[in-house]
Amino acid sequence: MNTSTDKQYQALTAKFGMWVFLFTEMLLFGGLFIVYSVYRLRNAEAFHMASQDMSVFIGTANTIILLISSATIAMSITAVRNNKKKHALLFTGTTVVLGLLFLVNKYFEWGEHIRQGIYPGSKTLELRGYGDTLFYGLYFFMTGLHALHIIIGLIVIIVIMTFIARNRIHSTRYSVLENGGLYWHLVDMIWIFLYPLFYLIT
Amino acid sequence: MEKEQEQIIPYRTFLIVLVVLIGLTLLSATITQIYLGALTAAAALIIAAVKSSFVLRIFMHLKTDFKIFTYLVIAVTLLIITVITLTFLDYLFR
Repeated sequence: MNTSTDKQYQALTAKFGMWVFLFTEMLLFGGLFIVYSVYRLRNAEAFHMASQDMSVFIGTANTIILLISSATIAMSITAVRNNKKKHALLFTGTTVVLGLLFLVNKYFEWGEHIRQGIYPGSKTLELRGYGDTLFYGLYFFMTGLHALHIIIGLIVIIVIMTFIARNRIHSTRYSVLENGGLYWHLVDMIWIFLYPLFYLIT
Repeated sequence: MEKEQEQIIPYRTFLIVLVVLIGLTLLSATITQIYLGALTAAAALIIAAVKSSFVLRIFMHLKTDFKIFTYLVIAVTLLIITVITLTFLDYLFR
């Protein structure tokens, strides 16, 4: 029989497991940041020129969108713990909408680059030289991997919403929401570092 | 195990942190438009680190959660910083 203490231990163990997973994610992106930094050091001029083409406006807008979505998923935990189901659904729903908005912006941003003939393996990029090829290769790979994390996060949050709606997540049982939230915050945190690397440092 | 019943963080706290984070984002966008040479990268990355600490401590509950999570985050961060430092020492002095 599950006692209250057993359930608390289970929740703690689940959270611990989630953090271990988040550490592997931090190391994955940490490795990519190192690759970016080394190539930037060796191709400073080309990276400087290539990063001039990035839209600071879109980058900043997407950063703010993700920050708001992080706040709303955090607020959904408060809502669940206060037994405010409607609020919780509103906050998680807002997070999903903001995540989709981020992806729409990314779609238009990538679309503009591709329209200009800038994509991995393109002739235009080949003509622009080795440094540009590296910059855009890293840009597409790192932001693409991040966008994949956003898509996975959105699926997780939608599943969480069905759990809230069916009362499987409630004020005394919210571990799944908490761990889903941790994942979403990590995705936000990775973007916090991608933003200056690709949009601000020129 | 009493931690599981830790205090509920009010909406207001998250909203205040959100305003600070948006402010820091706009600050980093503005500061990098001014020519500061090598300091531009340093300023942008320091602001990113400050923003991350807010996300970790407040949004990810490290401030109120078991301290073991904070120690583990610090350990992983130090590991990444060490690898970055060693890589750069190799490239700069080889």
